[in-house]
Amino acid sequence: MINSNRLLYFLPLLTLAIMAGFFAWSLSSGRDPAAIGSVLVGRPAPALAAAALQEGAPPLTDALLKTGKPVLLNFFASWCAPCQIEHPLLLRLAERDGVAIIGIAYKNKPEEARAWLKRLGNPFKQTGIDPEGKLALDWGLSGVPETYLIDGAGIVRLHYRAPLSERDLATILPLLRGGS
Amino acid sequence: MSWPTLLYKVSGVWGNHEGSMLLWALILALFGAAVAIFGVHLPDSLRARVLAIQALIGVGFLAFLLFTSNPFERVALPPPDGNGLNPLLQDPGLAFHPPLLYLGYVGFSVTYAFAIAALLEGRVDAAWARWVRPWTLAAWCFLTCGIALGSWWAYYILGWGGFWFWDPVENASLMPWLVGTALLHSAIVVEKRGALQSWTVLLAILAFSLSLLGTFLVRSGVLTSVHAFAQDPARGMFILAFLLIVTGGGLALYAWRAPQLANQSYGGGGLFQPISREGALVLNNLLLCTLALTVLLGTLYPLFLDLLTGAKVSVGPPFFNATFVPICAPLFAAMCVGPFLGWKRAEIWPALATLRTALAIAVIAALVAAFAIDGRSTLAAVAFGFAIWVIVGTLLEFAGRLRLFRTPLSDSWRRLKATPRASLGMTIAHASLGFIVLGCVGTGAWNHELIKTMKLGDSASIAGFEVKLDRMDALRGPNYVAERATLVVTAGGSPFTVMAPERRLFLVQRRQIAETAINTNLMRDLYATLGEGDAVNGWVIRLYYNPLAPWIWLGAAMCAFGGFVSLSDRRLRVGAPQRSRTAAQPAE
Repeated sequence: MINSNRLLYFLPLLTLAIMAGFFAWSLSSGRDPAAIGSVLVGRPAPALAAAALQEGAPPLTDALLKTGKPVLLNFFASWCAPCQIEHPLLLRLAERDGVAIIGIAYKNKPEEARAWLKRLGNPFKQTGIDPEGKLALDWGLSGVPETYLIDGAGIVRLHYRAPLSERDLATILPLLRGGS
Repeated sequence: MSWPTLLYKVSGVWGNHEGSMLLWALILALFGAAVAIFGVHLPDSLRARVLAIQALIGVGFLAFLLFTSNPFERVALPPPDGNGLNPLLQDPGLAFHPPLLYLGYVGFSVTYAFAIAALLEGRVDAAWARWVRPWTLAAWCFLTCGIALGSWWAYYILGWGGFWFWDPVENASLMPWLVGTALLHSAIVVEKRGALQSWTVLLAILAFSLSLLGTFLVRSGVLTSVHAFAQDPARGMFILAFLLIVTGGGLALYAWRAPQLANQSYGGGGLFQPISREGALVLNNLLLCTLALTVLLGTLYPLFLDLLTGAKVSVGPPFFNATFVPICAPLFAAMCVGPFLGWKRAEIWPALATLRTALAIAVIAALVAAFAIDGRSTLAAVAFGFAIWVIVGTLLEFAGRLRLFRTPLSDSWRRLKATPRASLGMTIAHASLGFIVLGCVGTGAWNHELIKTMKLGDSASIAGFEVKLDRMDALRGPNYVAERATLVVTAGGSPFTVMAPERRLFLVQRRQIAETAINTNLMRDLYATLGEGDAVNGWVIRLYYNPLAPWIWLGAAMCAFGGFVSLSDRRLRVGAPQRSRTAAQPAE
């Protein structure tokens, strides 16, 4: 005998089914609850204005991001251990794949950043310095290393908040080769 | 081997995911054994069913251990000294926190088993309620202790005086506690009046289901939390499947069999007026379940929103302060009134007349709090008033029971000895809740905080104390190196105490833990933490003055004590009552 009163007894089971559906969906979707995402992706890149790391070289400007070709922007520091780990990957990207990478030394003494690059190799087409972190504020930096991929039209397409890994190359390279 | 090291070697067993599941399985087995031993007066069919369901749950956990979380799996290259216990867990408070919590969670598995057994048998009566009660009480008491211990540990280890953060794992322990409290109260109605049977069975199923849900949330990786053990979707799927079988099976059985329970009547039919003891207990259940639902919603909302829209939000203290805290108000208001009401039908005004003294004192207390103690927060003053209302109201009810000051003291003494321990337990537990709220108000709303960079010889003043950084020492412990500050505290010029907060660096895991220094006189805590720094720039010293902080944990301990007193009640020890004459004995 199914009447409305009896159906009420099924309510807890129904609630459980809905909740379980969400849980199963969450587990199978591979989502990372700790991932924050980036507000910059899909938006025009923030302004780029930094002094050059090399003494006497011209300062870095927005023109570098609007060449019509995609470019990587990498924030690093000589005191940052994970930056050292991702460095060989950046070198490979620059030398083997011909990727244009702009490097910004974040909260670093210029001589220490220069010495670090001299010791490990310099993958950067242009290198700037952000000694007080003002540029980093504009770019929403949460630490170093962070890497941004800006396409030829000046839109931020990717924002990595961790050292680049081999896995990330699969996403980066097609965008770099495909142009804007 | 020294005693603390031995303690941590033992507690290290459950300091990780696999070992904690092993502990769960152990406690499950122990509870099953306890039911077998102490349940000799249960009818055979009921006892058999309860033990069978308990064992089925055990099979589920053991399967989980075997197939996904084997604690005995060999590590490929075992480190010579072991991995070392996470430094955060090398602490006596946290060594006991998981066992107590699990005793609570697993205790609810016994009530679940009783509920399923009752549904299978098709009968819930006063005897069943009486048999279920000790297990519910025991689980509830242990869960109270476990939660309080976790909160106290967070307070003295994290270094900024907070004690509850509405973290998903904390919420996961609070939800079964709230539903367990509701279950404790509704079981009274089943026992005394034969009403609310199917509702009580549902609560018993839900209490354990929420324990399992907590396990799922913490170990599956669907939610981030500072406590989260394992981020493993495979394990998550297993626990989810287990949760579906246990909870889904239980709720399906409920949907099928519970309507028949409602058709049984005994002991007078179980009808009651809204204003009555039963009505008060229904209100209690309503409010407690609303609180549990609020916590559940707040905990799961980020997950649902992320899946549905991709938006990332976090739900924390602002939400819970806006929803949880206000719902506690009618609960606290009614808590004192309920015990005055009679069964089936009662008048509200005589009850309120007796309590008018409590109301007056509470209002005066709130005004004193707002104007004389600390006027920063109106909500705090109101909460203070509610807490005083609960304490005074509960004591007034107890005094009325003893006819205190209205008959000779010897008569009151006689009445006291004749009071059932269940009533004593109720008085203690209800009053303790008031003390807990007083502690929360004092520490949360009326505390003083001072963060200062101090060099050697510098002084700071907080709440009438002068604190001077006298010296800094470097020292070595068994598995850590540490920096220790010596803070000389004076009050009004005369020496008061010396506090020595430390900052420890554990060598194996390279983790830093702050050892806070707390000076307590059980009415307030003076609390100091040492941060980073050096001799040139000074060290960051954080000082807190937390009034009434100890009352939070003393109150919680008293609350659990009240539960244990109630557990020792004579009617729970002498065995089940005779089955009522109106129910036919089944032919088994």
